[in-house]
Amino acid sequence: MQASPKPGLSVNIVSNVGPVAHGGSAPLPMRMTISKVNFYYGSKQILFDINMGIADKRVTALIGPSGCGKSTLLRALNRMHETFHTSRLEGEIQLDGQNILAQDVTSLRRRVGMVFQRPNPFPKSIFDNVAYGLRINGIKGSTSEMVEKSLRRAALWDEVKDHLHKSAYELSGGQQQRLCIARALAVEPEVLLLDEPCSALDPISTAKIEELLVELKNLTTIGIVTHNMQQAARVSDFTAFLLTGQMIEFSPTPQLFTTPSDPRTEAYITGRFG
Amino acid sequence: MSARVKWRRFVSNFMLTLTGLCALVSVSVLFLILGYLIFNGGKSINWAFFTQLPKPVGEAGGGMANAIVGSAKLLMAASLLGVPIGFLGGIYLAEFSGSAVASVVRYAADLLNGVPSIVIGIFAYSMVVLPFKHFSTLAGAFALGLMMIPITLRSTEEFLGGVPRYLREGAMALGASKWKTIATVVVPAAYRGILTAILLALARVAGETAPLLFTAFGNRYWSEGWGQPTASLPVVIFNYAVSPYEDWHRQAWAAGLVLLGLILIINILARTILSRGITVPRS
Repeated sequence: MQASPKPGLSVNIVSNVGPVAHGGSAPLPMRMTISKVNFYYGSKQILFDINMGIADKRVTALIGPSGCGKSTLLRALNRMHETFHTSRLEGEIQLDGQNILAQDVTSLRRRVGMVFQRPNPFPKSIFDNVAYGLRINGIKGSTSEMVEKSLRRAALWDEVKDHLHKSAYELSGGQQQRLCIARALAVEPEVLLLDEPCSALDPISTAKIEELLVELKNLTTIGIVTHNMQQAARVSDFTAFLLTGQMIEFSPTPQLFTTPSDPRTEAYITGRFG
Repeated sequence: MSARVKWRRFVSNFMLTLTGLCALVSVSVLFLILGYLIFNGGKSINWAFFTQLPKPVGEAGGGMANAIVGSAKLLMAASLLGVPIGFLGGIYLAEFSGSAVASVVRYAADLLNGVPSIVIGIFAYSMVVLPFKHFSTLAGAFALGLMMIPITLRSTEEFLGGVPRYLREGAMALGASKWKTIATVVVPAAYRGILTAILLALARVAGETAPLLFTAFGNRYWSEGWGQPTASLPVVIFNYAVSPYEDWHRQAWAAGLVLLGLILIINILARTILSRGITVPRS
């Protein structure tokens, strides 16, 4: 694990680059920035004026009670919200300084991968699941090497190397979720988004995936939605707390959990609601 | 025991018996037909039945090779017409169309499915037979193909709709376009259901007589090509059964047995396909 960021300022004071390390050192480079985002489903507004960033090679967690809009915000980062016809997004989301809303959506999603709440392997073999992204994106090179590399990164290789051609559904739930992580990693995304990846898993599988996330941040930038505050505290470097579609606080994780600046954050993390 | 409880018990037992009897009747109808066919047609089935042409009236023996081949040709050509149109239309309905268009197409398909087969036959007669001034295999296949379209379309739509949303999202999140998602994840996840439905559609039209009466017409000999009339099992059964000859009656029973056997095989095949391979978990 890398050095934890020092206590910093919360986002409402810093600009769209997000939290800054305290003491005048250079701000962390942001891989993605979210500026003035409002989000609607039909006429119902889900997100209100969200500003935050996803720091490069760090884990950024989104926490908040059910229905606060944290999954919606995460899904907007690779435009998965567009699969719902009534959704509408205002504001700007940038990846490496470029507006993602103006880009080709398929190439954006290749760069910004996603792992979902419930494991969703395709009804194919383990191998074909991981190779899927390589094939549809026409990525050249040895598929089997890349599949092995991805499975190793997802800490699944040793468990499946002898039956790569079995159905993915023969794996346990936790293995399936790691398979989905391997599938997402195979196309080498610059940002990996995880939408409550452990909510359908038992504690042991959860621990494995958390361990994995801490290792993966050397490779890629991670955004994770979780309803589990302990999980956010264990794996993330930055945490954003959302409540009824508003960003209440966005700080380095240790600071948010020890000295939250907003009373509502404190009420939530101490378990007084949510 | 009070009278009330006795009455309740009686009603309960009575209903149990009644529903059980009805279930028994519905099953036994199938076995009665099957037994009757085997009893009447079984003795006329031999090697010659599958390999020889029909003999003239009065001569014993002979077979229905031309009708068996004719039925196979009709079904093949009908599938070539009905399956692609129904399948691709079903994909459009399930994946691309808005709900307004979908409900119109769905309703039309249901209506088409409900059109009596004799009406489909008349339609094919006026569309294909009249312009070419000839009964033909293709005209018969056209009529059967039309009947396969709505069945294939509706079941394709239904099975694609049953593919869970999270599978589509998984593919799209990896950068798959909508069409690629459909072609590489959604259709493969649903293909067994769709294939089964196609086989059942085939089984359904295999026994149709009315649409063939004035399209493929019938033929005592080998059909001379796609543009010529052809014999088919259902029409031969019809013609032989209404004839006054004992011999032909026996042949008709045998043909019925062959036809039923064919449909049974298709059904069993369909169920085998459905029970194999990787099943996508529901819910």
